[in-house]
Amino acid sequence: MRSSTLGMIPNVENNFDKAFAVELFRRANFSRHFEFKVKEAADKKLFTIPVYLSVGTEFNAAVFSLTLPGCNIFAQHRGHSLYLSFGGKPEKLRDELLGLPTGCSGGMSGSNAIQAPEINMFGHSGLMGEQVPIACGAAYASKKTTLTICGDASVEEDYIYPSLGWAVSEKLPVLFVCEDNDLSILTKVEARRSWSPVGLAQGLGMPAVDITDDPWLVAHHVKEMSKNLPGFINIRSVRHLWHAGTGTDGPPEWDRYKITQEKLTKLGLDKEMASIDEENKIKAHNIWATELTKGH
Amino acid sequence: MEHMTEQMTAHMTPTVAKTIENITRQHLTENNGLLMGQCVTAVGWIGGTVPDCRGQGIVEIPMTDIAGPAFAVGCALMGRRPIFVVRYQGFMWYNCSSLVNYAAKSKEVWGVPAPVFIRSIAMEGNGIGHTASSSVHSIFMHSPGLPVVAPMTPKEYQSIWNWYMDHDDPIYVSEHRRSFVMSDEMPNQINPGSKITIVAISAGRLNALEAVKTLKEAGIEVDLFHQLWLKPFTAPTGLHESLTKTGVGLIIDSDFEITGASRSIAYDLMHDARVPVYALGLEDRVCGVAQHLENITPSPKRIHDRVLELLKERASKIK
Repeated sequence: MRSSTLGMIPNVENNFDKAFAVELFRRANFSRHFEFKVKEAADKKLFTIPVYLSVGTEFNAAVFSLTLPGCNIFAQHRGHSLYLSFGGKPEKLRDELLGLPTGCSGGMSGSNAIQAPEINMFGHSGLMGEQVPIACGAAYASKKTTLTICGDASVEEDYIYPSLGWAVSEKLPVLFVCEDNDLSILTKVEARRSWSPVGLAQGLGMPAVDITDDPWLVAHHVKEMSKNLPGFINIRSVRHLWHAGTGTDGPPEWDRYKITQEKLTKLGLDKEMASIDEENKIKAHNIWATELTKGH
Repeated sequence: MEHMTEQMTAHMTPTVAKTIENITRQHLTENNGLLMGQCVTAVGWIGGTVPDCRGQGIVEIPMTDIAGPAFAVGCALMGRRPIFVVRYQGFMWYNCSSLVNYAAKSKEVWGVPAPVFIRSIAMEGNGIGHTASSSVHSIFMHSPGLPVVAPMTPKEYQSIWNWYMDHDDPIYVSEHRRSFVMSDEMPNQINPGSKITIVAISAGRLNALEAVKTLKEAGIEVDLFHQLWLKPFTAPTGLHESLTKTGVGLIIDSDFEITGASRSIAYDLMHDARVPVYALGLEDRVCGVAQHLENITPSPKRIHDRVLELLKERASKIK
C-alpha cells in the first residue's frame, strides 16, 4: 500500500502551469537549504533544544502554501517548512531556535511550537493532535478556510475522531492533513493500529484520499477538496532525518525531493531550478552565516 | 395581578442563576459571543443559567471531553470569547488538557490570547458519587496563566464577568450549584471579640455561616471572610488585622485539602500574618454514593468541631 506512487494520476502535473512548478520548487528548495543550515547549527551545538526538521517533506508545505493562501494554519512538530513556505520570516525562526527574544515566540516555543501571526500560523502546545480540535474551533468561529496537519501517530490521539465528526456535522471549512511517515518516532503504523485514518474519515462521511507525496498530486486533491470542505488527505511521506535531532537511520524510503527535481527537468525547468537553488543557497547561508561563524 | 408580579420581580435582586443567564444572553446577542458545552439546552438548561438563545451562539458540542475544550480554545483564538460549560466539575479532570496547556499558556508563549470563560459547575451529595462530585479548582491553580475564582453571589459573579471582559485571559470559574439560588450578598463578618478567623471558599462559605451561628450560640465569636479570588490570591480588607487579633486562622474549602486551595492560601497567610492558619477541606478519601460514605464540603458541624479543637489547642499552648 505505502509507496512513492500511491494514488498517482498520470500526468497530473500537466494540470498546473510552469509558474506553479517554479514557485513550488522555490519554496521547497529554500526550506531545504534552511533546514540543512539548522542541522549544521545543531551539529555545532549552537543550540541544544530538540529540533524537528522537515527535510523530506518540504514539497507538502510548499503545495499547501500555494493552494491555500491566507488560510489559518494549525500544525505541530516538523513545521519549519510550513512556516517558511507560507512566508514566515526565516530570521525569526532562526532566532527562536537560538532562544533569542527576537524569535518567533521569543524563545518560548522552540522548534515544535513555532508560530507566525503574520501568516495566520498558530502555535502548538506540544500535545500531539491537539491542534486539530483547536483548528476546528477556529474554523467554526471564523468560517475561514483552515489547514490542520498532524502525523500518523497523532491521528490516533483522542482529539481526532470527535474533531472529524464535528467538522462533518457543522460543515467546517477545514482541510485535515495527515503527514504519514509510517513512524511514531520509530514504531511503525502496523505495530500500533489496524485501521486507517482515511477509513475513519470516510466512515464519518468526509471525503478522504490516501496518496503519495507527489506535489502536483497533493495540489490536485487540495484544490478539489477545497471546493467543498471539510476533507481529509493522508499523504504518505518520508522524513529523512530523526524524529528529533539531525541524525539519520539510513537512506530514505524514497526521495521526493530528487523525484520532483527529475520531474521538473522533464518539464524543461533545469535552468530555473539552478538559478533558484543558487539564490536560496546564498539566502540561507546569509541568514545563518554570523551564527555559524561564531560556532567555529 | 400579572402586572403587579412583574413589577415586584423587577425590584427583586436576581439570583446567581438569573445573573448568569442575563450575562450570557447579553454576550450572545450583543457581543457575538458563544456558549459551548454538552447538553447545554437539555432539561433545566443547566439550572436556569443558559438563556434560550438557540441559533444565536449556543453551541451544542458532541460528547467529547477531550476535544470539546479545544474547540472552545479555537473559538477564543478567533476573538469570540466563548463561555465553556462543564456541567460537573469533577469532569474537569479530563476536560483540562487544552485549557491548561493551551488557553492558559497561549498569551505567555505566543503573545496570542485565548480568553475562554470556563464555567465549571460543582455539585455534591445526593448520590452523584466520586467522579461527578465536588470542586477541583485547586488543580487549576497549579497552571500558570489561569486565574481561578469561586463566586457565590450575584454581584460577585457580575464582577468576575466584568473582569473577564476587561482582560484577555482565560478564567476558571468554580461555580457551585448551591449558589444558583442565592440573591443576597455575603459581607465579611468582623467582631471585636472574635477568637478565630475563618476564610471560606465556595460552598464552604454557606456552611461556615451556619457554623458561625452555632459557635456564637456556644459563646465563641468568629471573624468570617468570604474569598472570591483564589488565584491570584488577594487577602480581603481587614483579614491580616483579624489574624493578628485572633492569632489563629482556618480556611474552609469545597475542594480537597491536601495540596488544595485551602492549604495554599493558609501557607500564604501564615507567612504574611505570622500566625498559625489551618485548612479544612475534603478528606483524603474517595467519595461514596451512599450518604454515610460521602466526602463533601465540610459540614457546619465539622467546621464547628474543628474550631473548638483549634481553640483548645491554642489555649493549652498559651498556658
